[in-house]
Amino acid sequence: MSEEQVLAHNFMTLTFAAKSENESFARITVAAFISQLDPTMDELSDLKTVVSEAVTNSIIHGYDSDSTGTVTITAKIERETVTITVEDRGQGIEDLDLAKEPLYTSKPELERSGMGFTIMENFMDEFEVTSEPGVGTSIRMKKRIESKKALYK
Amino acid sequence: MNLQMEMEHHRQVLIVRFIGELDHHTADQVRMKLDEAIHSQQTNHIVLSLKDLQFMDSSGIGVILGRYKLIKSKGGKMAVCDATPPVFRLLEMSGLFKIMPIYESESDALSSLEVVS
Repeated sequence: MSEEQVLAHNFMTLTFAAKSENESFARITVAAFISQLDPTMDELSDLKTVVSEAVTNSIIHGYDSDSTGTVTITAKIERETVTITVEDRGQGIEDLDLAKEPLYTSKPELERSGMGFTIMENFMDEFEVTSEPGVGTSIRMKKRIESKKALYK
Repeated sequence: MNLQMEMEHHRQVLIVRFIGELDHHTADQVRMKLDEAIHSQQTNHIVLSLKDLQFMDSSGIGVILGRYKLIKSKGGKMAVCDATPPVFRLLEMSGLFKIMPIYESESDALSSLEVVS
């Protein structure tokens, strides 16, 4: 198989405790996986940010900072497109439309900026939230990587 | 990954240099250290110096906005300077530049704050 065929389909799964010290670990791991597509620094930084936003949401909102919960991330590469899902089995989101509004936060006392979903929507090409109260939340995001290699072809 | 903070007073202006990553995990220490500094007599204004801030997400925005409200309630001002392109983009997207100025360097921020104080 050529390198291109190998890269055509690839995936990873990562499950970890819902602890804030794992936020950095999660975004760096996903970034390392995606670096095989040779993304630009800006693309890599965007992907790290969205992973950080989604994982932070799971910890703070999904589990209410109870670190016995777990967060699962999958990343899938299909040609030059990366799909990332971030899932928790936390308390879920009652009102999704409200939660997605820029600057809205259910936890102003924790000084949350209410920008998490807005950033994910802006930085990714596709963004979708599924959530069920009492069951959990799943975020699915897609982005096409304009590989640096493409610039020199 | 951790976050380090260097603080330096220039008369009544506190310069805070961030080195590392500002996320939900490191936001608590930023909140505590800055609140302590703001409540001290020495600090009227704050400059957040972001040259060595390698990563920031919306948790960072939240903690900056919180300190902005605090210093403003004491009649002070806040400015940011020297942000890397990704950090600049995040600050811009969050509308932060509608409430505080951004400067190229610490000295630009300092001279501007010293004029108003």
